[in-house]
Amino acid sequence: MGKTVVEKIIDAHRVDRLGEDVIVVRLDAVFCHEITTPMAIADLVERGKDRVFDPTKIKAVIDHVSPAKDSKTALQGKILRDWARRHGIQDFFDIGRNGICHALFPEKGFVRPGYTIIMGDSHTCTYGAFGAFSAGVGTTDLEVGILKGLCAFPLQKTIRIELMGTLPEGVYAKDVILSVIGTLGVDGATSHVIEFCGPVIERMGMDGRMTICNMAIEAGATCGICYPDETTVDYLWPFIQGEYGDRTAALEAFRTWLPDPDADYARVIRQDVSNLKPMATFGFKPDQVKPAEEMQDIAVDQVYIGSCTNGRIEDLRVAASVLKGRRIHPRVRGIVSPATPAVFRQAMKEGILEIFMDAGFCVTNPTCGACLGMSNGILAEGEVCASTTNRNFNGRMGKGGMVHLMSPATAAASALAGHIAPAERRTP
Amino acid sequence: MSNPFSGNILFLDRDDINTDEIIPAKYLTEITKAALKPHLLEDLLLDGFSAPRDIPGKSAVVSRSNFGCGSSREHAPWAFEVNGIRLVIAESFARIFRQNMFNCGMMAVCLPEEVIDEVFRRFAGRPASVVTDLDRSMFEFRSDSDRWIVPFTLSEFEWKMIRAGGWVNFADATYA
Repeated sequence: MGKTVVEKIIDAHRVDRLGEDVIVVRLDAVFCHEITTPMAIADLVERGKDRVFDPTKIKAVIDHVSPAKDSKTALQGKILRDWARRHGIQDFFDIGRNGICHALFPEKGFVRPGYTIIMGDSHTCTYGAFGAFSAGVGTTDLEVGILKGLCAFPLQKTIRIELMGTLPEGVYAKDVILSVIGTLGVDGATSHVIEFCGPVIERMGMDGRMTICNMAIEAGATCGICYPDETTVDYLWPFIQGEYGDRTAALEAFRTWLPDPDADYARVIRQDVSNLKPMATFGFKPDQVKPAEEMQDIAVDQVYIGSCTNGRIEDLRVAASVLKGRRIHPRVRGIVSPATPAVFRQAMKEGILEIFMDAGFCVTNPTCGACLGMSNGILAEGEVCASTTNRNFNGRMGKGGMVHLMSPATAAASALAGHIAPAERRTP
Repeated sequence: MSNPFSGNILFLDRDDINTDEIIPAKYLTEITKAALKPHLLEDLLLDGFSAPRDIPGKSAVVSRSNFGCGSSREHAPWAFEVNGIRLVIAESFARIFRQNMFNCGMMAVCLPEEVIDEVFRRFAGRPASVVTDLDRSMFEFRSDSDRWIVPFTLSEFEWKMIRAGGWVNFADATYA
């Protein structure tokens, strides 16, 4: 029997097997941020084991609350900063260079096809867009990862989702993944890896692939994976050109991670996206999804464009194309948070930030902030937010607030309309 | 009740209880487990549930499917732990929450849907407790008028975590 992508990666990194169903793997990278890492550091210090397995394989960023909003978040940042310095972790990103981890680390070239990566953050599944196996873990797994470079995983089954057809105008990666989560349900892929493939993915850039893999966790999946191809090689080329003679050689090496033709899938789903509409969530679970056009009676108080799901340059370009030359509804507060300094700078160069500002948006620095109700756009009780983030849980963006998840295009259209409204047209 | 996995039950009769409901993100700025104690289940959407009234004195949770979905925050198991709850029994769990529980030396045990239904039917809505027999892999559910013994299974990995007191102890003793 052949192997799926995750089976190949885990086999290549296997260190131990614990019982029937748990494999201990060697990690290629351990990523850290200031919310879940300080408690791991504190425990290592308390145990007298304040060490790191390899400072070059640990990458750290202050991203969740940046700049610090109070003494507590300042202390969390300080603990991470001091620890990075103490252990000579060169790839530590503090304010001025920091961005949302799942946008920043790919941009810095820290992800490769076939890598094993953990982070104390559930949206670590994003890096599967590069053909890596990356998983969100808790602080204890992170702690052992930091100390030993190892992590234990239950055996992973694979669901293969083949996305066929052509995305209609105004329909994007976010709409695809919301629709997939609606199909699978919030636990439809628990302890599974999802391989996303087919012509829709093949034509999609890395930004869109990251949007899709980012939300695999919302169906319970350990990781979402796209097959490495020319698009992957092109994105990584600045970082890998020293390793490979040319792009063809890199592609050939990356292709070793593709699934075998006779790989065993728990489930294969084939979905044609040609008739897909702009989608939005209702309720408090990310699988509660329906076409945005059916929710136009819902007025919005705030529109938020950003996050590890949809704060990349492609997302900002699309939203700006909807907003260009127009003003958002007077009752709406618009907030856009470019996910990294590079995205911010690029958006500035292209005049995108000006379009947002002319439309009435507030442009914030890169941070996770509002997405999880930490800072930079928390809702008041009873308020409604049209958001490009990834979770609509009760209280997620502020106690008593309501979050509707949607694409940047639909969020922008909703900002103009003052209520949930699908973006039907893609402006050239 | 000689092990920490026994005691009075908090029944949470809902699917898909997520970690934002168990401990909202605004409390993730705390850097001690103890600081999480007053905020356990603060944002839980469940009719008739009152955290300050229902949590004190409880040592175990019984719930439905996909318990602990969402964020990877280990603050969720910790918030249970500092409230004296070290056992969650549910129909199913999200992967990260379940792993976090065992990584902390705590228990997250799946029972079949029909067994969970029966536990709710016979024991919810009145004072009830569970006694966990680790040697025989049995739960004994108890109320004033009822008793029911239910076997459970854990994987070899999960037993190793309970015996070692968690993943850091195990990994540190096992791997160079």
